[in-house]
Amino acid sequence: MSQSVVFKNKWLPYILIAPQIAITIVFFFWPAITSLRLAVYRTTPFGDRTFFVGLQNFRGLLESPQYKQSLITTFVFTACVTLIGVAISLAIALLLNQAVRGRTIYRTAILWPYGVALPIAGILWMFTMHPTFGIVPHYLGDIINFNFDWILNGQAAMLLVIIAAIWTNLGYNVAFFLAGLQAIPKSLIEASLVDGATSLKAIRHITLPLLSPTTFFLLVMNVVYSLFDTFGLIDSVTKGGPGGATEILIYKAYKDGIISLNLGSSAAQSVILMALATLLTVFQFRFIERKVSY
Amino acid sequence: MSRKTVQQSNVSGGLQLNKIDWKKFWIHLSLIAVVLIVAFPLIFSFAISTQSLQEIMARPSLKLSSHFLTNYREAWVRSNMGRLLFNSIFVALTSTIGKVVMAILSAFAIVFFDFRFKSVAFWTIFITLMLPVPVRIVSTYQVISDLGWLNTYVGLTVPLMASATGTFLFRQFYRTIPGELVEAAQIDGAGPMRFLWSVLLPNSWPNVAALFVVLFIFGWNQYLWPLMITHTKEMRVVVVGLRSLIPGGGDMLPEWNIVMAASMIALILPVIVIISLQKYFVELMIDTEK
Repeated sequence: MSQSVVFKNKWLPYILIAPQIAITIVFFFWPAITSLRLAVYRTTPFGDRTFFVGLQNFRGLLESPQYKQSLITTFVFTACVTLIGVAISLAIALLLNQAVRGRTIYRTAILWPYGVALPIAGILWMFTMHPTFGIVPHYLGDIINFNFDWILNGQAAMLLVIIAAIWTNLGYNVAFFLAGLQAIPKSLIEASLVDGATSLKAIRHITLPLLSPTTFFLLVMNVVYSLFDTFGLIDSVTKGGPGGATEILIYKAYKDGIISLNLGSSAAQSVILMALATLLTVFQFRFIERKVSY
Repeated sequence: MSRKTVQQSNVSGGLQLNKIDWKKFWIHLSLIAVVLIVAFPLIFSFAISTQSLQEIMARPSLKLSSHFLTNYREAWVRSNMGRLLFNSIFVALTSTIGKVVMAILSAFAIVFFDFRFKSVAFWTIFITLMLPVPVRIVSTYQVISDLGWLNTYVGLTVPLMASATGTFLFRQFYRTIPGELVEAAQIDGAGPMRFLWSVLLPNSWPNVAALFVVLFIFGWNQYLWPLMITHTKEMRVVVVGLRSLIPGGGDMLPEWNIVMAASMIALILPVIVIISLQKYFVELMIDTEK
């Protein structure tokens, strides 16, 4: 965990680490404990009384059809953004790795949407896909038999937020994959080609296995991204609609707590999400640590 | 490589000359297609931001029109853009600098000192690595409200500084510093702060630059947090301020040309940051790979 050689000082390390610990406690642990406490209480509709209800908020969630629906929606959204996003990024990175000339220019031209805030990315895409004024439905609508009206059609709304989420994170994924590809010794690929392997075979049997740590890392990062970071996208584009078609867990927790003021249920949802996030963090962390210690 | 293989590869190289060119051609063609698809919503939105409402209603097109200045001026005035941009720059810069300084200090403490509760401190920080703001939004709001920080710059920036990403990055970097360097400094009579200032920091700039890109964009693109804790127009950041231009969830009819003009203004700065500093950003990723 540390250097073999260290400085000796009784109080300095505490002073150095104090600011970050203080902020972490006040803005992370305190709210987390408050959420835990809120989750086992119920507040009356007027907010004048609270009483202890034990695990009833959690039981209520598990029995609620809306929460089940939100779980399914979240699963579909997360799976699509993660799997499709990572697959496309891998394909682009493999292409980029082949192109020696102009690699940096291509990379820049793919990386820039990473700088665009998700709510803004959502605005750009929702207009591009707008059923009346958007250019995509205008031209594709004649070719593909699909109802592009994301204002009324749940599937179209889901497609819209998935596309916007993949688009924003694409450059990040590609840059990571490209870094991973460049860490693979060229001689290894060349040797296999000399041995008569086709480039597709070389990719399948040498590049992809060697790239698997990067792929794993990106899969977890994309799951975290789809689960938690896409709040602004959903809020600015669909507000969870139409009819709950894009109401992912993080949006539901916000809506139930802030808009419907159902604090107990919202806190219970927060606790579930926090457990999920902590699990993913520990998972990713153990993995990174193992890799570093090689 | 034996002489025979060299000859073979030369022969095949000569024979494949045409084929190789075609392969390159398809690779570049596919990459150009990818670049255009990625740029497409931006190109369309930019075109819209130069058109009049009549032109938008008529039929969607990528044509640039003559209403650039009118639309951008209207977007600027209507959304109070000057103030929004100032707030965004202030929030992004302050939270970034705060995070970088705290990350350097706490990683320094973790790597170069032994102290009691070290592993407790370590896990206290790193458990927050991926725990995002929205998950604990209701209760964090309560904390800010109790502190009286609602609708203030302190409330907008300080809670965002509780991030483990930077600490993790500097910890990884400091651990590659050879112990001999520390010993040499100790022999020279340099204290820990002196060592941090004259040895570690000068070697940290590429990491600082990479972290700056990630955190600046993160700070600039914050949405839920500023939305929750600010309630006056003067305190809004640009990503949140755009909302005021779109009525409802997009089902009513906003003036899309104005919305697009404002969106272009709101996205240009972080995009410039990522493009101009991407070298460091990518080097950071390559380092992570090692």
